[in-house]
Amino acid sequence: MIQEMTYKPDSMILNMGPQHPSTHGVLRLRLETDGEIVNKVEPVLGYLHRTFEKHCENLEYPQIVPYTDRLDYIAAMNNNLGYVLAVEKMLDIELPERVEYIRVIMSELNRIASHLIALGTFGLDLGAWTPLLYTLREREMILDLFESACGARLLYNYMWIGGLSHDLPVGFVEKTYEFLDIFDAKVKEYNDLLSTNKIFVERTVDVGILPKDLAINYACTGPVLRGSGIKWDLRKDEPYSIYDRFEFDVPIGNDEIGSVGDSFDRYMVRVWEMEESAKIVRQALDQLPKNGDVQAAIPRKIKPPKGAEVYFRTEAPRGEIGFYIKSDGTAKPYRLKMRSSAFVNLSVLPEISEGWMIADLVTILGSLDIVLGEIDR
Amino acid sequence: MNAQEIKSILDVQFSDAILGADLETASPYLIIEVSRWHEISEFCKTDESLFFDSLMSLSATDIGETIEVIIHLHSFKHNHRIALKANVKKDEENIATVSDLWATADWHEREAYDLLGVVFENHPNLTRILLPDDWEGFPLRKDYVPQETYHGIPVPKVKE
Amino acid sequence: MIEFIFDLFKPAEFPIISRILFAVLTFAFIGGFVIVAVWLERKVAAHMQDRLGPMRVGFHGILQTIADTVKLIIKEDIIPSAADKVLFITAPFLVFMGAFLSFLAIPVSEEFTPSDLNGGLFYILAVSSIVIPGLVMAGWGSNNKWSLFGAMRSAAQMVSYEIPIVLSLLVVVMAASSLNLSEIVGAQKVGLGGFSGIAGWFFIRNPFLFVAFWVYIIAGTAENNRTPFDLPEAESELVAGFHTEYSGMRFAFFFLAEYAAMLVMALVVAICFMGGWLPIIGTESAIPGFVWLLGKAMSIVLLQMWFRWTFPRLRVDQLMTISWKVLLPITFVLVLGQGVWSIWIG
Repeated sequence: MIQEMTYKPDSMILNMGPQHPSTHGVLRLRLETDGEIVNKVEPVLGYLHRTFEKHCENLEYPQIVPYTDRLDYIAAMNNNLGYVLAVEKMLDIELPERVEYIRVIMSELNRIASHLIALGTFGLDLGAWTPLLYTLREREMILDLFESACGARLLYNYMWIGGLSHDLPVGFVEKTYEFLDIFDAKVKEYNDLLSTNKIFVERTVDVGILPKDLAINYACTGPVLRGSGIKWDLRKDEPYSIYDRFEFDVPIGNDEIGSVGDSFDRYMVRVWEMEESAKIVRQALDQLPKNGDVQAAIPRKIKPPKGAEVYFRTEAPRGEIGFYIKSDGTAKPYRLKMRSSAFVNLSVLPEISEGWMIADLVTILGSLDIVLGEIDR
Repeated sequence: MNAQEIKSILDVQFSDAILGADLETASPYLIIEVSRWHEISEFCKTDESLFFDSLMSLSATDIGETIEVIIHLHSFKHNHRIALKANVKKDEENIATVSDLWATADWHEREAYDLLGVVFENHPNLTRILLPDDWEGFPLRKDYVPQETYHGIPVPKVKE
Repeated sequence: MIEFIFDLFKPAEFPIISRILFAVLTFAFIGGFVIVAVWLERKVAAHMQDRLGPMRVGFHGILQTIADTVKLIIKEDIIPSAADKVLFITAPFLVFMGAFLSFLAIPVSEEFTPSDLNGGLFYILAVSSIVIPGLVMAGWGSNNKWSLFGAMRSAAQMVSYEIPIVLSLLVVVMAASSLNLSEIVGAQKVGLGGFSGIAGWFFIRNPFLFVAFWVYIIAGTAENNRTPFDLPEAESELVAGFHTEYSGMRFAFFFLAEYAAMLVMALVVAICFMGGWLPIIGTESAIPGFVWLLGKAMSIVLLQMWFRWTFPRLRVDQLMTISWKVLLPITFVLVLGQGVWSIWIG
């Protein structure tokens, strides 16, 4: 922050954020602009730093779950899942079938909800208001489902080590089927309103192209990686939980419109992924065991063996989230590091946005779909 | 390729630099000599049979006398994984950056420097990333004592 | 007594009082329109977006804008310490003036025009350009980089779009052979084949006028900085563009100016392309002329609202491309075509 900026007489240094409508939170970008052209982008992070990792070293394993909610607060279920699976891997816990299915249902619903926000805010970044309201309308239905299951609408604390906090309420399965029937028709509405809009296509196609090799070198994951045309999805390629039991496609960006890896591809991958997630939820609901426990038998005090360590990664809506946990034999983790998907995806921003206009920078940032809670932790 | 095979490939050239290994845990790792860190990382990335083209995560842990730096590698081509560790002596030793090999390491290393005070040599821009630039100390070290005030604002005490 | 009040409006008898009265009445009319239009915009937006919009203040929130206006007026007047005070303070009024002055030449009905200028159309085009220096002053005077960006964008945008506007209205002028707005309306009384009513309106009189109508709507929307051309205040890029630093009453004036400019643009469309005060069938109707005029104008205002809540925003270079590479060549062809049409077909 304090380092010297080389002053060029033709350029203007512009502070975008931390209070700026389209930085999706409190991200600050320091820009060097020449008129409308952005010559240099430098993200400045830390405005939402809440010392998550330090907190974890002073909390017992089960107490950490609610803190994971607050990382990527748009997709709290997926964070819960990533953390509890990592701890369960350390402890080698066998889970009841019903728990596995409910976890998949919840995290896929949350993926849909998260992508809906991504779609809506991306439209908003481009100046289209209405899609946001439409996507929020469907997200609201998912939040209602979550609320009926665990009482919370944003920070669920639903998945616990060895199980869930509550069983599904009566009528949840039927209501979810109902939602899926409504939702399938709505995707067409988003495509009609936004994805096929001439102005939208003009604004996003060929903007901020992220080539394959750059995406791998920057370890981009999730829709950002798949938008660049790499078929890689942990749910498929490194199946965790019970994802190997479901049939679904992994959509990737293509060159039908514009080149592979542009903002439009990253956007479209999210649209397609929502449809795939809806498929998974449907299958999981069909196969869901009618009865069963929602809590496995776990020790009273969770104490992984001394020296045990694990790095476990799962596919969250924004990409891979990884939990590196190191135990010293006590009830508190010795070290917990979270590999955040948005943090890594954001680091590619300077690379792909330099030379574009300010309006394009907003487009590219929107297409990366960042959540500051996860970046600053 | 499993962890044992990966180790055997590395053993051919670097047997003297591999100080230890645990290949049985959930995430197998090798412990590497700090001075050979960059060399071995580069081999892991470029060797045809290893080809670790993706760095999943870089973390650091304070384990008393030393700080343990760990990178989790993954290969899209071969779909295998390994972790490399190095024990860096606190405040005395530096470790080479791997941000020239994997661009993603740039921010991860800045974070490790920010929170644990690991100095990565030849890093292009080793500054604090999450904390303010003028913060004192490295919070994730086990012997960290928070500063009294920050620009006149009292810093809350840690409750024991 | 009543006759005396009417006499007050006659410039010949009370030169100063009549003009002040006109100004006050116009201002009151604009204020009233804006209050309704802002409420309407919020309602239109809400219903397009599956929600209700303001519902609490009055019947279906009809008094919401009045409450908002009161709030804006009683807000603290903030001038940034680094701002250029003179420019900062005058800018909103200058911007409003551009829209306000245009009303002078608008023929309200067959009998009544505030000022029946011979070059009425030319006058409206000229005064509406006052807005540009106003916006640049606001952007520069705020001493904020985002404001400056907004001002630069709006200057470039409005200067570019003036040209298609002028040329598309030139087609109308050629068809009516007059710059006088009353005469332009008069020329739309009887159309092809002697049919009156809608058949006489310029926008369906011939293909060139029809295209000119749409060119004017596009360029006029851009001139008013409305979505999809709202780049000067693009909230996702420039925070709030040229009015980032404004609050309270001064901000309200920008708001007032935006909606007044929208109405002026809609009135010009109604007069030049849609027969002004003329009824939809025949030449006489029980409904007074100004109701027809306002009704037509409101339909254009609603069209602009529909645009706003449907489209994303263009980028600067795309905006310029549309003006210089698409609209401008089209209008050249239109002027030529209308000339040929006037000579051979009439």
